[in-house]
Amino acid sequence: MFESLSDRLGDIFKSLSGRGRLTKEEVELGMREVRLALLEADVNFKVARALVDRIRERAVGADVLESLTPGQQIVKIVNEELVALLGGEHRKLRYQSQPPTVVMLIGLQGSGKTTTCAKLALATRRDGHRPLLVAADTQRPAAPQQLEKLGKDNQIPVAMPDGKSKPPDLCKRGLEEARRLNCDVVILDTAGRLQIDQPMLAELREIRKKVTVHDTVLVVDAMTGQEAVNVAREFDQQVGVDGVILTKLDGDARGGAALSMKESMGKPILYTGVGEKVSELEPFQPERMASRILGMGDILTLVERAQSQMDQKTAEVTAKKMLAGRFTMNDWLEQMRQLRNMGPLEGILGMIPGGRQMIKNAGSMMPTEKDLSRMEAIVLSMTAHERIHPEVLKSQRRRRVAAGSGTTLADVNKLLKGFEQMQSVMKSVGGKGSKGVRGRARMLRQLQGMDPAQLGLPRP
Amino acid sequence: MSPTEPFSQPRREAWWRRMSRRMDRASLSFSEQVRDVVLLRRDLDESFWDDLLQVLVGADCGLPVAERLVDRLRTRVREERMTSAEEALRALKAEMLAVLEARDRRLRIVAVPTVVIMVGVNGSGKTTTIGKLAHRLQSEGRMVLIAAADTFRAAAIDQMRLWADRSATEVIAHQPGGDPGAVVYDALQAAVARGIDVVLVDTAGRLHTKVNLMAELIKVRNVARRVIPKAPHETLLVIEAPTGMNAIAQARVFHEALGLTGIVLTKLDGTSRGGTVLAIEEDLGVPVKLVGLGEGIDDLNVFDPRAYLDALFAGVLEAPGSAPGPATPAPAKPGAPKPATPKSGSAHR
Ligand SMILES: Nc1nc2c(ncn2[C@@H]2O[C@H](COP(=O)(O)OP(=O)(O)OP(=O)(O)O)[C@@H](O)[C@H]2O)c(=O)[nH]1
Ligand SMILES: Nc1nc2c(ncn2[C@@H]2O[C@H](COP(=O)(O)OP(=O)(O)O)[C@@H](O)[C@H]2O)c(=O)[nH]1
Ligand SMILES: [Mg+2]
Ligand SMILES: [Mg+2]
Repeated sequence: MFESLSDRLGDIFKSLSGRGRLTKEEVELGMREVRLALLEADVNFKVARALVDRIRERAVGADVLESLTPGQQIVKIVNEELVALLGGEHRKLRYQSQPPTVVMLIGLQGSGKTTTCAKLALATRRDGHRPLLVAADTQRPAAPQQLEKLGKDNQIPVAMPDGKSKPPDLCKRGLEEARRLNCDVVILDTAGRLQIDQPMLAELREIRKKVTVHDTVLVVDAMTGQEAVNVAREFDQQVGVDGVILTKLDGDARGGAALSMKESMGKPILYTGVGEKVSELEPFQPERMASRILGMGDILTLVERAQSQMDQKTAEVTAKKMLAGRFTMNDWLEQMRQLRNMGPLEGILGMIPGGRQMIKNAGSMMPTEKDLSRMEAIVLSMTAHERIHPEVLKSQRRRRVAAGSGTTLADVNKLLKGFEQMQSVMKSVGGKGSKGVRGRARMLRQLQGMDPAQLGLPRP
Repeated sequence: MSPTEPFSQPRREAWWRRMSRRMDRASLSFSEQVRDVVLLRRDLDESFWDDLLQVLVGADCGLPVAERLVDRLRTRVREERMTSAEEALRALKAEMLAVLEARDRRLRIVAVPTVVIMVGVNGSGKTTTIGKLAHRLQSEGRMVLIAAADTFRAAAIDQMRLWADRSATEVIAHQPGGDPGAVVYDALQAAVARGIDVVLVDTAGRLHTKVNLMAELIKVRNVARRVIPKAPHETLLVIEAPTGMNAIAQARVFHEALGLTGIVLTKLDGTSRGGTVLAIEEDLGVPVKLVGLGEGIDDLNVFDPRAYLDALFAGVLEAPGSAPGPATPAPAKPGAPKPATPKSGSAHR
């Protein structure tokens, strides 16, 4: 929809073959475009102005590098400024040596707090902690049930409201519950509220009075527009904010709100939410965010994601295992996770020119997120032994797996059939000789070209 | 009150006041900015236009719309030889009104049953809006049925049920994780059998970039058509006012996929002005039909562009007819408890 900053600047400086130093006029010409690009990305207009002033100062008289055009030189400076602003202190949660570590999530309605609570809990578990969730949203209908469900699905204990206590007391009781269950991280899910709702803000202060909160995290929707800066400032001044999580970055929002919040609060962005599922939380990366805001990172992101998620080495290791007939459910699950971690397939394809058409052609053949998570649930419901030796899964066990994963027997059968088929495909590929670089390359190609449906995804 | 026209006049009035009252908070900073422009810069020079542009951008109108508005205004100022900033601002309001006016914003409750599908990105306010709308339609004497077709998000069905309980509206739901199309199918069949007036369909939130999920919506729509060929009569995209430029992309893609008949602009009780709707109306011609003004069951109303702009410019320019005087009594007891039955409450005023 929007032109990237480099395109815009490229157009302007086409006529200028300037080398040497950026003149005042050149910079002025460029600064208008920079400001417009920032505004299009939802950077608050005041923040954009302040940024442009800083960039202007740096740009006038700056040496244009040998290899760059004046436009590129300006882009480089802009990018560096953004990275500097977005970067700075980078940290995880402030784990306490004296447990429990208490984290409170706050923010506007619908920003993603409850989902992020579950995501964070899983992240702390990966860091070797034992999390407990506290349902302290007594406003939104079924909010506690939402958290309860997320907890249940992921084996995280949830302290539920009793129907009469106020949120500050619920939080206090949650801490006691954590002690009882020997949990060392407590995550408080609070109700969404407007940053101008004084009674509701007072409630958050009340919570902080009743329990020691080590990290108050503001959860902000990446699609937020110009008001992000006021939301951030008010929450920070009225409650106190220690860090930020930016959600819904799996869409196509530029996410200029990230800059607005950084500029107005100076608090670090800890994580980003990149999907509806609890696994979809990523550490914040300033460089990537900067290019996203400037509209230049899409392809870069795509390439990087593809490389890091599906890198050759992993693929080769997997391939070798397959050929040796040692490809297990575990490997398969891992592969599916990688596929999913690349972000929704369609989102990725959508980044490439012509990708949208590809998606249209593929139509309903593409596995939905739901397919993938159902599949994951099935594999996760198998014992370690069954995952390595799926042949032991006879009807009795299959039924147990279906019940455990909340799927049907037919789903489980389908998945196992698919797995079997794939194994036999692999064996035949291996049989044709997969030794040497050529053989491996051919096999990788074949692997990559495989339709996900062939991988035995259960279809609804 | 015509049966095909919900939200008839008395409500509109009540809402006008409520909206202005609610929007007061929202418009404060906007108005202050506009006032700065008026007071600090008497001359209509370059920096005035630049500031004005930034004020509009600050309301999330988006740069293209803001630039177009300012350009048009500059031409008018020149042609009509305006000299004061205040005159220019008055003309600006007229320009904005011209963008928003002249669209039919009534809900099309035209058939029995009328099917209304609520769609939108995650967390924008679909379920809440359905809860409020069910209440409103029921209290206007219509029989309403809700299809809880968000089978994906955790406890979405519970949330919808709790909302429906507040207005004693029946809900058709399946198991979590079930097929949303099947829910809609069952709901429509039940509606036809029972002579229900309006079926409200709650769908799972989805980002417009997720092609599979958009395809799922189209499937749901097609299922609805198998029962009722003309369904859905309304396909409403729920956008929350805090959303920035992405709202425009959302509207475009949802419109392309489903053919939207209207927008619901929620969370206008906050400080965001939701100026993206200007671009959406201009680009796509899809009108804002309803606005969400809070989390309460009565916090929903029709969108009135005049009131919207009045509220936006409140304190800077007086609305025609909103001058102090008997024409518009001051908001009745601000902060007074909400009337138990909004219908009689508004009728008394
Ligand atoms: N302040 C305010 N909050 C609102 C408004 N409308 C909805 N909300 C709140 O926003 C949050 C999300 O609303 P939902 O109705 O659950 O949104 P949804 O679109 O159904 O969300 P998903 O189904 O999760 O995609 C809830 O906390 C609502 O109470 C409004 O007009 N004003
Ligand atoms: N696409 C996407 N959706 C998200 C993300 N985080 C949360 N959501 C969805 O946004 C909606 C609101 O989230 P929720 O956690 O209930 O928000 P809360 O009201 O702040 O607690 C739900 O539909 C979530 O599934 C994300 O990173 N990406
Ligand atoms: Mg919540
Ligand atoms: Mg919902």
